[in-house]
Amino acid sequence: MDTQADAINIQNLTFHWRKEGAVVLDLPRLLVGRGERVFIKGASGSGKSTLLSLIGGVLLPQSGDVSVLGQPLRALSSAKRDAFRAEHIGFIFQMFNLIPYLPIIDNVLLPCRFSRRRRLNIERRGIGLRDEAVRLLEHLDLPATMLQRPVTELSVGQQQRVAAARALIGGPELVIADEPTSALDADRRSGFLRLLLKECAEQNTTLLFVSHDSALEPQFDRGIQLAAINQAVNEGG
Amino acid sequence: MHILVLAFKSMMNRKFTIALTIFSIALSIMLLLGVERLRNDARESFANTISGTDLIVGARSGSVQLLLYAVFRIGNPTNNVSWESYQDIKRQRLVAWTVPLSLGDSHHGFRVLGTNLDYFRHYRFGGGEALQFATGVPFADVYDAVIGADVAKNLNYQLGQEIVLAHGTGEVSFMQHADKPFRIVGILRKTGTPVDRTVHVSLEGIEAIHVGWESGAPRPGLSIDAEQTRQMNLQPKSITAALVGLKSRLAAFRVQRFINEYPEEPLLAALPGVALQELWDTMAIAQRALLAISILVVLVGISGMATAILTSLNERRREMAVLRSVGARPWHIFVLFVGEAGVVMTLASLTGIAALYVTQLIARPIIQSQLGLFLPIHPPSTHELMLIGAAVSAGLLVGLIPAYRAYRYSLADGMTIRL
Repeated sequence: MDTQADAINIQNLTFHWRKEGAVVLDLPRLLVGRGERVFIKGASGSGKSTLLSLIGGVLLPQSGDVSVLGQPLRALSSAKRDAFRAEHIGFIFQMFNLIPYLPIIDNVLLPCRFSRRRRLNIERRGIGLRDEAVRLLEHLDLPATMLQRPVTELSVGQQQRVAAARALIGGPELVIADEPTSALDADRRSGFLRLLLKECAEQNTTLLFVSHDSALEPQFDRGIQLAAINQAVNEGG
Repeated sequence: MHILVLAFKSMMNRKFTIALTIFSIALSIMLLLGVERLRNDARESFANTISGTDLIVGARSGSVQLLLYAVFRIGNPTNNVSWESYQDIKRQRLVAWTVPLSLGDSHHGFRVLGTNLDYFRHYRFGGGEALQFATGVPFADVYDAVIGADVAKNLNYQLGQEIVLAHGTGEVSFMQHADKPFRIVGILRKTGTPVDRTVHVSLEGIEAIHVGWESGAPRPGLSIDAEQTRQMNLQPKSITAALVGLKSRLAAFRVQRFINEYPEEPLLAALPGVALQELWDTMAIAQRALLAISILVVLVGISGMATAILTSLNERRREMAVLRSVGARPWHIFVLFVGEAGVVMTLASLTGIAALYVTQLIARPIIQSQLGLFLPIHPPSTHELMLIGAAVSAGLLVGLIPAYRAYRYSLADGMTIRL
């Protein structure tokens, strides 16, 4: 892997759902550098979830290229893309991030089950997997005393912090957060964001944070208006 | 974590529904195995009822009917075999031994069999086992009786006790041979055959109680007491049937033809093995219907499981999206759902087998006393294991339907959480 390459490099991307369907995304260019914390503003329906699926390698664009950490995703089979995602990217969603039947710790450790690399990243430091999960959760203000509880008993804010710990565990280079704060009230929103940014800074993780809430933008290195760079929306009016 | 561990944890989260599904499939598997077991063991029990006998001889009728009344003590003979014909058969060069059988009376619903000592010498059951006395000796006197194990147990009879035989074979008889009681001199050991449910007396005993009954009922105004009867000529004029043993099995067809073409009276000689097979064949349709029904019940159970999994599919779409986001492949999702079907079928099979044994333990004595079928408790046979395997495979196959849907969903949804 080219450690100097951009975290995300998108060139001339177009995507539409059905064969003859309308173009949802038309991005001539989008660059995110290593370690950058980028805020992407987009209203719902602006194609931001689609963009994240393209970066995650769940979808492939009809034309153009998406490279993540220097790896052109088109060059990988779908199996390899799934593996690549497990190894290098952590995700946080708007809500319902957790598997209801797994304990908190197992939810956090889920990526380590699918990625050998993230497991080894922890073990190389001489730390047990569970200890690392507890450490991350404590950093995110979830004390060890809470960890016995079923995830269904956690508040939404606590659930989002468990999801953040899961996205960060094993040190993936890139964390993608899709409206992770929209279900939180204002106080918890800033608290959550502060913890997430601090943890990303410590691990030198690239963060792609998507939200419709511009109030959060100043805390990031850079803000991008999806509508401004997406030609498809411009064309549509 | 192995994906099957995930499947298991997910199921533990839905214990109640899953337990119900497992319960219904377990019941259906128990039914299937039970029906199969009954089929096979009943056949074995039937086949074990008589062995070592080469021919059964009776008045001309059907061989199944002859087998039923002569061996199983079910139904009634149409006609008798004359004593002269019986003697003639007995004298044949190829015949090693014969056992005369005289039926028509009963005692509290148990059949009375008139025979002679050759019965205890030559009758064989199971793998060629001879009759054995639990206590007492064979009958010697005209009014001696030897009873089977079930007769002794059900009626709580002991040696030396006197019993009265009833005319006819009904459970309740209005005509008793009360003037000539019999004394129990022997009780046979349990055989698992109709012998257990039979009262054995000598041919002379049968003759004695029917003195003066030539018309089928006692002649009014004429009564000859038991001691007077002793002095009379008690050689029977006819018998109901006879078991025949040959010097060589190879002669069976020749002797059979001789008897079937016997010029003096219409007789029938049946090969027990062939007659048993025929009897079995007549029951085959009912058995197949039972089997078909139990297979259908298993299929109903399996489709119940598929329905339960399909219903859970929508609630679990976000779980699938989360798993995809952490790197699960669509086939992981597929395995998650097929694994669920697999775990359900495996647990259901084990529960079903356990339930079968429990049921068998409870039902065995009842079946033995009510139907005379001896059903042994044995470990699952290869055939039964194959049936279970087929049921599990069918479950997995049906489990592919929700799994494939989940697979399609996870391909289409990707990481998008749909609600």
